[in-house]
Amino acid sequence: MLNDRYSLAFKLYPYERSSDQDAAQPVRHPVVIVGGGPIGIATALDLGQQGIPVLVLDDHEGIGMGSRAICFAKRTLEIADRYGCGRPMVEKGVVWNLGKVFHEDRQIYDFNLLPEAGHKYPAFINLQQPYFERFMVERVRELQATGTPIEIRGKNRLDAIEVRDDHVVLDIMTPEGPYRIEADWLIGCDGASSPLRGMMGLDFEGRVFQDSFLIADIRMHNDDFPTERWFWFEPTHGAGASTLLHKQPDDVWRVDFQIGWNVDRKEEMKEENIRRRLDAFLGEGLGYDIVWSSIYTFQCRRMKRFRHGRVLFAGDSAHQVSPFGARGANSGMQDVDNLGWKLGLVLKEQAPESLMDSYDTERCFAADENILNSSRSTDFITPKSKISHTFRNAVLQLAEKHAFARPLVNSGRLSLPCVYDNGPLNGEDALPEAPARTRPGAPCPDAPLADGFVLDRLGGDFVLLTIDADAPEQLDVGGIALRRVKLSVNDDATGALAERYLGGATSAVLLIRPDQHVAARWAAFDESAVRRAVGHACGKE
Amino acid sequence: MDLILTPNITDPDGFYARLIAAHDGLSDEESAALNARLILVLANQIGNAAVLEQALALAQVGK
Repeated sequence: MLNDRYSLAFKLYPYERSSDQDAAQPVRHPVVIVGGGPIGIATALDLGQQGIPVLVLDDHEGIGMGSRAICFAKRTLEIADRYGCGRPMVEKGVVWNLGKVFHEDRQIYDFNLLPEAGHKYPAFINLQQPYFERFMVERVRELQATGTPIEIRGKNRLDAIEVRDDHVVLDIMTPEGPYRIEADWLIGCDGASSPLRGMMGLDFEGRVFQDSFLIADIRMHNDDFPTERWFWFEPTHGAGASTLLHKQPDDVWRVDFQIGWNVDRKEEMKEENIRRRLDAFLGEGLGYDIVWSSIYTFQCRRMKRFRHGRVLFAGDSAHQVSPFGARGANSGMQDVDNLGWKLGLVLKEQAPESLMDSYDTERCFAADENILNSSRSTDFITPKSKISHTFRNAVLQLAEKHAFARPLVNSGRLSLPCVYDNGPLNGEDALPEAPARTRPGAPCPDAPLADGFVLDRLGGDFVLLTIDADAPEQLDVGGIALRRVKLSVNDDATGALAERYLGGATSAVLLIRPDQHVAARWAAFDESAVRRAVGHACGKE
Repeated sequence: MDLILTPNITDPDGFYARLIAAHDGLSDEESAALNARLILVLANQIGNAAVLEQALALAQVGK
């Protein structure tokens, strides 16, 4: 009746009976999250740390097996840092900078990512998804011990939902039978095949890519492979139309073969057939164990709307992309970043319920950007027409000798956070000399300070960031405590702070949202302008 | 004046997607004809015979 759909890497939240199951009337919760994957747990961390009681339901008792998402980008790590679990991720993760591109029988060029200096976190890390999830659940346990109101219920499967105007009613199945609860708000984080989306009969449309990919995670017996990313177009070794090699922690390598649309999955998944491809790619005689393997296909699609009254969707349940460019889990974390503070303000009655519509607007915009980027990578890696294939190979041929063609080679673009240009919450940009990268809507770039980093100082509340400008230390705007972070260009000897936030300006006052996106900026503090911008950023007009 | 051999296209991904999309639904002959027209338009933009010669020579090496 409640069978596992997959085996577990870590059993972290075994079923326990809840007093809700014995209540005479359904117990009402402020927020219920369906799905204890990375996005669900991150949402719980965000809301829980705001003091909002949050309940996570998962139909399993822990984290599923398999490396799955393996690239976690800087913005994701910065968000995790705010939740208190970024450090263990980076300590466990693998950082790489050198990539090599191959075509047919040879390497055509290599590149160094040369990440920008002066950030607390690297551009991204490679880390198996179960570790990413485990570090977050461990953080939940730490917080629970100090009274943070987060609860995770394993083997609690949502079976039915009734959506009312101001709450939802949930029928839940457990190993000891069904029970019913209510929630003021429900957040669907139950993955690409979201049962919740199905129960509500909601659309999920987009483009299906007719190709399949075989993943093999292998542990090398002799690990003398360098920590590099290899991407192979049309390899003459014959094991796939393209092949990707990526390093993960624990001496594990991800090999990803593009194997075509009409494949016999059962046949391809046989160990001898996986080994045949691996041996062709790596050369005979190399010893390795296969740790995990899987065949995946993908779509690029999203729901039309991520908000349906009191039900919000986040992560893969709301949008799905191709894996090229690591925009799945990373964009889901940005959903959480966007959703958490808004729902917090609404629940504390510091913002109107309509603020949640801006979650829909901003994250649909971001999903479209992610779908566009990952579709372009996919179209380059797996050309869909003869002429597209001709152009792709012409680019590769030219790229071997000429740098000009290399920006056209697209084996996945690094996942960057979305700038909410023309977003509904953006205020004025009254600092024309300042750089575009910190314009209203943009996520704050990190910069080094004598005693830490800029993002450490921003935290997760509304901040008035002043750089060589005066402002009051504290300002109460309709119940929202606006906290000043006072900086000077002298706080950063490297000049990165000035370059990223001032440009040609000599002073700046920036209103920063709790998700560390810029809401508005000026050259000097003007109380009425700041009050207006805070109100606007909270959806109060 | 020399042929530019360093990256020079603004928004390379956007340009590439637009280029491929221009061929959507075309037959092989129609695609070849589109490419021919595009090359002639771009050649006119370049104008300079020495640069065009360098471009032709570079493309021929790759064949």
